[in-house]
Amino acid sequence: MAVPIIYNLRSIKARWATAIVAVAGIAGAVSVFVAMLGLAKGFQATLISSGSSDNAIVRQAGSTSEMVSLIMRDEADIISTAPGVARDSAGRPIVSAEAVVVISLPRRDTGTDANVQLRGVSEDAMQLRDSARVVAGRFFRAGTAELVVGTGVQRSIRGLQIGDRPKIGGREWQVVGVFDSGGSAFDSELWVDVEVVLPTFNRPLGVYQSMTVRLTSPEVFQNFKDALTADRRQKMTVERELDYYEKQSRMVATVIRSLGFLVAFVMGIGAVFGALNTMYSAVAARGREIATLRALGFRSGSIVASFVFESLVIAFIGGMIGCTGSLGVNGMSVSTINWQTFSHLAFAFRVTPALLAAGIAFALLMGFLGGLPPAIRATRLSVAAALREL
Amino acid sequence: MTAIKYIPLLLKNLLRKKTRTILTILSIAVALLLYGLLAAIHSAFYQGIEVAGADRLIVRNKISLIMSLPLSYLERIRQIDGVTGATMAVWFGGVYQDERNFFPQFAIQPEDYLKMFPEFRVPAGQMAEVMRDREACIAGKSTAEKYGWKIGDRIPIQAAIWGTGETWEFNLRGIYTGTRPEDDTTQLWLRYDYLDERRQLGKGGVGWYTVKVTDPEDSLRVAKAIDDMFANSPHETTSVPEKEFARGFVKQFGNIELLIMSIGGIVLFTLLLVTGNTMAMAVRERMGELAVLKTVGFTDGIVLRLVLAESLLIAVVGGALGICLAKLFTLGGDPTRGMLPSFHLSTRFMVIGMAIAVLVGIASGIIPAVLAMRLRIVDALRRV
Repeated sequence: MAVPIIYNLRSIKARWATAIVAVAGIAGAVSVFVAMLGLAKGFQATLISSGSSDNAIVRQAGSTSEMVSLIMRDEADIISTAPGVARDSAGRPIVSAEAVVVISLPRRDTGTDANVQLRGVSEDAMQLRDSARVVAGRFFRAGTAELVVGTGVQRSIRGLQIGDRPKIGGREWQVVGVFDSGGSAFDSELWVDVEVVLPTFNRPLGVYQSMTVRLTSPEVFQNFKDALTADRRQKMTVERELDYYEKQSRMVATVIRSLGFLVAFVMGIGAVFGALNTMYSAVAARGREIATLRALGFRSGSIVASFVFESLVIAFIGGMIGCTGSLGVNGMSVSTINWQTFSHLAFAFRVTPALLAAGIAFALLMGFLGGLPPAIRATRLSVAAALREL
Repeated sequence: MTAIKYIPLLLKNLLRKKTRTILTILSIAVALLLYGLLAAIHSAFYQGIEVAGADRLIVRNKISLIMSLPLSYLERIRQIDGVTGATMAVWFGGVYQDERNFFPQFAIQPEDYLKMFPEFRVPAGQMAEVMRDREACIAGKSTAEKYGWKIGDRIPIQAAIWGTGETWEFNLRGIYTGTRPEDDTTQLWLRYDYLDERRQLGKGGVGWYTVKVTDPEDSLRVAKAIDDMFANSPHETTSVPEKEFARGFVKQFGNIELLIMSIGGIVLFTLLLVTGNTMAMAVRERMGELAVLKTVGFTDGIVLRLVLAESLLIAVVGGALGICLAKLFTLGGDPTRGMLPSFHLSTRFMVIGMAIAVLVGIASGIIPAVLAMRLRIVDALRRV
């Protein structure tokens, strides 16, 4: 027969001061665990949401990112006319030949320089990125030194309000609009006409860095890729935009996650010690109660289950508190440098239900490990000796 | 003094509940282990600032570090008053076998570079070999060890930036070491003349210059003189002291300090609860005993010190254990495969860690100790 649950709940209530130690230890470990994973998740989600499964990105073969890739104008023409490229109502292919330049601009909070990506795009760039839309002002006019800024970069960098005239690359630009791409990496960029960017930064005309195309459907990707890579003269890497951005997020996300796991693991060990301490003292203080239960006929198995359950309840409370604490940072916006692009990327903590569930599971694991040894000790006491004790 | 005679009593008290004492010591050890790891992570991010030379300036393209500067600036910078030396570097950004095997690679002029950074050492015999072979490369000790490279090996590197993705092979002619533990020995150096001859794009371009000034106090004036010299040219410059350059770089990662402090804060708070609770339990259980001690003539002061000594001993033993474990862990090297090149625990942080342990010992013992001191014999003996 199982020991009634109410017995454990009342016990916790009666000995709440020692239970708090275990609760706090577990809550701390869980909150750090969930928050660090939320940080990695947010970083990854920001980059992944930059890619669309309808788009393909073409780079030079062997280049690790668009930063170090070159696409010539004749290659750009071949790409635009490849099978599978979607066309607008006027019959023109929906493509954007792009070039990126990293520039240093002063941060609003510290005044120190941050690396920002300036992306030269074609007029179709907005049409290609479904999530991007102009939220204030207007898009730039082709052929002019006008620029539109992402909402993220406008928040974090000084002097990028509509009408401002920042000096970048030795010429004056005019900020004419603000665009939002729903929290993706583009929000951390400045967009200008690619044909204006190239001469400004002393680059030869007609030498782009990447080409993004809209496909008629995600299924035609393989066709499109084969058409471009079958020709031996062309040295191009064709990837789905989604895959490209997922890969870009991997390095930083892995570092955040591995540091998070390391810290949470060590804190978890500490929390298990805390739980062991609490449960051992609970067992020690209730020697007579345990002996009484056994004298009444409860089996060892039931007693072990009962104490493990008590530990799990304590762990669950700790887990809930830890999760609630980590929810406090959910949505909090932070920024870091993305190693692949060498530039500033704004993103937000993302604490998802799955991460919260993982946090609770982590708490219960700690509770189990911290509760089992004391529970087993509880059954080892001699009934007669314990009852005789004062 | 006669403090020694209390030691057996102290030990007996600690050993009466062995499990509890051991668990508490282990909790503190884990917390200090974590502290050590956080300190090492902190050092890894801030090592660039620590090792930066006060007499060095970094000159980069005003647009950003990614844009190049002409090589012709080198001689012009050397002529500026107050400059004792200048050298250049180019970010090579190649891939060794797999993109995850990250370590920084620079194309440099080796002799000038070593003069600029005296903290790096290459044996003279190896340097002669490097100067004889245009395809030479010099690897940092930790990178050479990590990939098992030996002098004479051919190292294939995919030249992602400068070689349209083709693989270039270099001969390992030298291995450099750092003179301080925090020096970054993960870099790979190539010869600039070889890079410039072989690359198709950006010929004659330099990533950034490092400039040595005669007097660190004078560095801001020199920085301004350099920037003025190239103002209104197609390649304008921004010159900053190396320390500031490194600091700006760290700031771009975001607020690492806040992250580490908040995790550290949570750990410390939990730690105080754990040890505080242990000491409170220990005193609560021993009310009767303490009253007896007082009855036989122990003064309030001695009782206070006994309880405090007990919690201090637990904290110091646990702290020392944790710090040692952290040191052992950091000796194993960078846990992130190349992202934190200088992952080590300095003596300074070890001392701070022990100070934290002592503080925790005092803070968690003080309330129970005062309770024990104020204990009135009659009250305590009346209780069952």
